[in-house]
Amino acid sequence: MTFSLKKDAKGVVVVGVDGQLIVGNRQELKQKVLESLDGGGRKFVIDFSTTGYIDSSGLGVLVSLSKKIREQGGDLRLAGLNEDLQTLFELTKLDTLFTIAKTPAEALAAF
Amino acid sequence: MKIAVRRGRLAGDVELALSVPSDLALVSEAVELVTLHTPSGILSPRRVQFNLRTVLAEALANAITYGNREDPTKHVEVRVEARADGIRVTVTDAGDGFDPTSVADPTAPEALEREDGRGLFVIRHLVDAVDFNAKGNAVCLTLRAG
Repeated sequence: MTFSLKKDAKGVVVVGVDGQLIVGNRQELKQKVLESLDGGGRKFVIDFSTTGYIDSSGLGVLVSLSKKIREQGGDLRLAGLNEDLQTLFELTKLDTLFTIAKTPAEALAAF
Repeated sequence: MKIAVRRGRLAGDVELALSVPSDLALVSEAVELVTLHTPSGILSPRRVQFNLRTVLAEALANAITYGNREDPTKHVEVRVEARADGIRVTVTDAGDGFDPTSVADPTAPEALEREDGRGLFVIRHLVDAVDFNAKGNAVCLTLRAG
């Protein structure tokens, strides 16, 4: 399975991305997160600890989800980016749009 | 999808050829096929894992979406030349081509919250050289050894 969703004790939805987030699977992520948003979820952490690569379509879906979640009064945070993925966010300046934590635990603690 | 693997003129040289149907769901499989058959030792494992996979996915997605407009009767041709000094990947679609100089800067403040428009920008930052043919329907990506 590429994506896993878990809710922690405080109701924060943690989404794990296994392998890659690219043009072929981004809609699946979008659908899962939007379903959770419709179901009342407002705080989201996307965990990239086991992600190898993200393409620009994957970045685009994160931008779109972040906007939709903010419109509902929620917040989307990112965590677990390796050095290459962190660089990808920096060079596209998307690090200025997202709150990025080193680990999912750090992201959860900050909510 | 079947990948053709051919030995080049010099020892260690390898050429790969792959014809990818215009289906975005096949991008991941095509990326894995190419990286699996790319000889090890030219690029570092980290650049294979991240740079090569990412730019392959970007170039294939662009070719399928904008070049072939997801027409299932059209294919994207991928050719990889692996030599001791680096790897050259050429991705060709069956479209009319585009002008790569017309792409806006996706890091401009007004563009930051856009969902699309980052593909070519990402490619340019992850490879050593990007060249288009005159028609604009084929892109050649060069990753030097190391």
